[in-house]
Amino acid sequence: MIRFEAVTVTYEAAEAPVLLDFSLTVDEGELCLVAGRTGVGKSTVLGAINGLVPHFTGGRLAGRVTVAGLDTRTAPPRELAHVVGVVGQDPLAGFVTDTVEDELAYTMEQLAVPPAAMRKRVEETLDLLGIAELRRRPLRTLSGGQQQRVAIGAALTAHPAVLVLDEPTSALDPTAAEDVLAAITRLVHDLGTTVVVAEHRLERVAHYADRLVLLTGSGAAVSGPPADVLLDSPVAPPVVELGRLAGWSPLPLSVRDARRRAASLRSTLEGAVPPVRPAPAGAPVLAARDVVVRYGPVIAVREVDLDLPAGEVVALMGRNGSGKSSLLWALQGTGARSSGSVSVGGVDPARLPPHQARGHVGLVPQTPADLLYLDTVDAECAQADTESEAVPGHCRALLDQLVPGIPGDHHPRDLSEGQRLALVLAIQLAAAPAVVLLDEPTRGLDYPGKARLRELVRALAADGRAVVLATHDVEFAAAAADRVVVMAEGEVIADGRTADVLVASPAFAPQVAKVLAPQSWLTVDQVAGALAGVRA
Amino acid sequence: MPGQPGRSRLTVVSRLPRTLHPGAWWLWALGLATAASRTTNPLLLALIIAVAGLVVASRRGDAPWAFAFKFYLWAGLIVALSRVLFRVLFGGGDTGHVILWLPEIPLPGSFAGIHLLGPVSAEYLLAGLYDGMRLAAMLICVGAANALADPKRMLKAVPGALYEVGTAVVVALSVAPQLVESVLRVRRARRLRGGRQRGLRALRGIAMPVLVDALDRSLALAAAMDSRGYGRGTGATRSVRLGTGALLVAGLLGICVGVYGLLDGTSPGWLGLPMLLLGLLVAGFGLPLAGRRVRRSVYRPDPWRLAETLVAASGLLPAAVLVVTARIDPGNLYPSLDPLGWPGLPLDAALAVLVALLPAWLAPPPVSVVSPARAVAA
Repeated sequence: MIRFEAVTVTYEAAEAPVLLDFSLTVDEGELCLVAGRTGVGKSTVLGAINGLVPHFTGGRLAGRVTVAGLDTRTAPPRELAHVVGVVGQDPLAGFVTDTVEDELAYTMEQLAVPPAAMRKRVEETLDLLGIAELRRRPLRTLSGGQQQRVAIGAALTAHPAVLVLDEPTSALDPTAAEDVLAAITRLVHDLGTTVVVAEHRLERVAHYADRLVLLTGSGAAVSGPPADVLLDSPVAPPVVELGRLAGWSPLPLSVRDARRRAASLRSTLEGAVPPVRPAPAGAPVLAARDVVVRYGPVIAVREVDLDLPAGEVVALMGRNGSGKSSLLWALQGTGARSSGSVSVGGVDPARLPPHQARGHVGLVPQTPADLLYLDTVDAECAQADTESEAVPGHCRALLDQLVPGIPGDHHPRDLSEGQRLALVLAIQLAAAPAVVLLDEPTRGLDYPGKARLRELVRALAADGRAVVLATHDVEFAAAAADRVVVMAEGEVIADGRTADVLVASPAFAPQVAKVLAPQSWLTVDQVAGALAGVRA
Repeated sequence: MPGQPGRSRLTVVSRLPRTLHPGAWWLWALGLATAASRTTNPLLLALIIAVAGLVVASRRGDAPWAFAFKFYLWAGLIVALSRVLFRVLFGGGDTGHVILWLPEIPLPGSFAGIHLLGPVSAEYLLAGLYDGMRLAAMLICVGAANALADPKRMLKAVPGALYEVGTAVVVALSVAPQLVESVLRVRRARRLRGGRQRGLRALRGIAMPVLVDALDRSLALAAAMDSRGYGRGTGATRSVRLGTGALLVAGLLGICVGVYGLLDGTSPGWLGLPMLLLGLLVAGFGLPLAGRRVRRSVYRPDPWRLAETLVAASGLLPAAVLVVTARIDPGNLYPSLDPLGWPGLPLDAALAVLVALLPAWLAPPPVSVVSPARAVAA
């Protein structure tokens, strides 16, 4: 169905080609997962399938890409619209119309599908994706998971043979991601659609895939059945890491497979106790009481009490729209707070002018790039020093501690997602806040990037700061947090040690916990440590 | 009812909730607005406003734009009041029944001819009020069209040739709120950094991320539209495209001027109906020509049925009656202020305006946006 023949892609002003002599054949009806570290060319592979690379992005493509017999050299993306459906990372950015039904019909209108057939296909697609009740709703009022399903539906109505999805679940909470993935697997099984999907969080999709294409970064790629490719992949979901650790062969890809193998591992671990970081003693650095945030009739945060002790990492979890971001902004003092009190060392940050408030509570928002506006990394650092009245070079030193080796003359927009996050974090840390709040920090980070962020967060806590992470990433929360707070409809519905809250939760349990339940292991590292102890 | 198939079919067809063709509502509203433009009789104008309000109340849906009507009502009120206020402020009405003695403020020589305050006569005030009411009524008629018909659905009904313009309008309409959102988000984020700069530097701190964001978005949108087949297979030569484009623009300009001429009773006669017809003719040539190179279909186009014709006609009838009456017997349409008297209600014009109330029953009920079930229950 899709053939890459010796494809080499070089972007303008790039030193090395992104893809070098890349060959791949995806058969009809396959679900092909494209994985690899950040910046190895996953999006390039996906874009080349419908000709966006190089027709839209520029650059040079040598070799040949054919889809259903059509050569992308001669057919631009619009002429491939009936063969390839594309769903991007941010569905809202790709919507052309403003209501669900119109969006579903858009591609068909372009293809001049007769009205009667259009009507029928829209109805079928609404049912297929379970969004029939949303049909007249404006797209902007939908939740993230609903928007993503509409975007998939909009690509499907043209009956494409190939569906290309670029990180379809990256912005979604675990349950919404499950919904979207269920819809995708249904397409593969029931309609025989060929699906190519790129995803950072392999734990969500690896077990659905028929083929895994691992881009290694040197322009080359390894392709094959997921269990084989993941044996020595630098990016691997926790369940695979656990399988590698326990020496299972073939590697389990799903929790179910792993659990069926895990009986012996569980008995080996019997008696060992997962390490638990004790709750830090002492008065909290930040104490919030009865915090209410409301936007008109909508109550985003409802009477929340929260104490943040020094040296503790708290993960704030909950589905999209449960009030996590509103709470973080209210705690920082910049966001709206309708009532209640926040006290950081006796002062309320909301009553302070912004430049003083950030000396108490530092917040890194969901889109960290919003804070950056200068041309170079060095200029941003210097600006941060003046803003926080620190000695010149302070922010740069912090940045080098966080992520060493970011060139100072680079434009912040040219940094990788992780580097940019580190830069913004360094800017906020320059004011030496006692409390650090991070909103969705793992967005766009690969596994090594997340491991780095985890160390970083632990180092902040070891420094005596209180850290809060709002995140959808259960694996990251399990590895990084001491305590988990779960929110729903603006209320705190669970607050406890990480193991106590996560292990029992069907939605938020990390893979290792699911495999080894009822024992309360959370991460592969914990298991590895315990095994080393048992064997010694 | 098996016993009386003919009757039940007609009533059921008109009663089923559906979206009326937006063109019908616009014709109805413009007709009513034209009627309003031909009179300063406060009774007639009040009747027109009441008719527009009643139809909106009974036939608007629950979509967001439908609730904009009250803003038009407020705007109308403000327009009418400000007309009166300006008359008081700039005085000059010392002939007739003076009802308000305000001290006139003398202005320096260079402003000679402009009065500030001074005596205000009833005739002068009433003239201002009548004129303001006429403007308000026209504004409210347009507001009624906006509340009754989704402005974006109107774009669906435009001929294929205007498709690209329509797409640009839809995209622009969705970009505006996104831009506002983006500005708010970045401004909030700037406060996180303790942005203490003022003036140009602060502007840069906000403008840069917002512009970058907008650029990213438009690139993403362009890529998405390209991937989804926008602009497929249009193989027209440059000269043909230019020619049809020129015809289109000229035609549309003609239509705009014609509508203006029709609404403004004081403009020369040739600017009204003849210009409108000429514009329609030119556009009528251009549209099919340009439409031939667009190959696409429309999802659920709004059909033009009997109800649409009836609604449009019920708005155009008062327009026709008032335009003709204004020509032959304008007496009661422009009530006399000298001598001052209670305005009479011209029966024929009032009846014609009342015809515009019929869509409250003739038009099918709207479909609920929130839940299809609720419209049926209501």
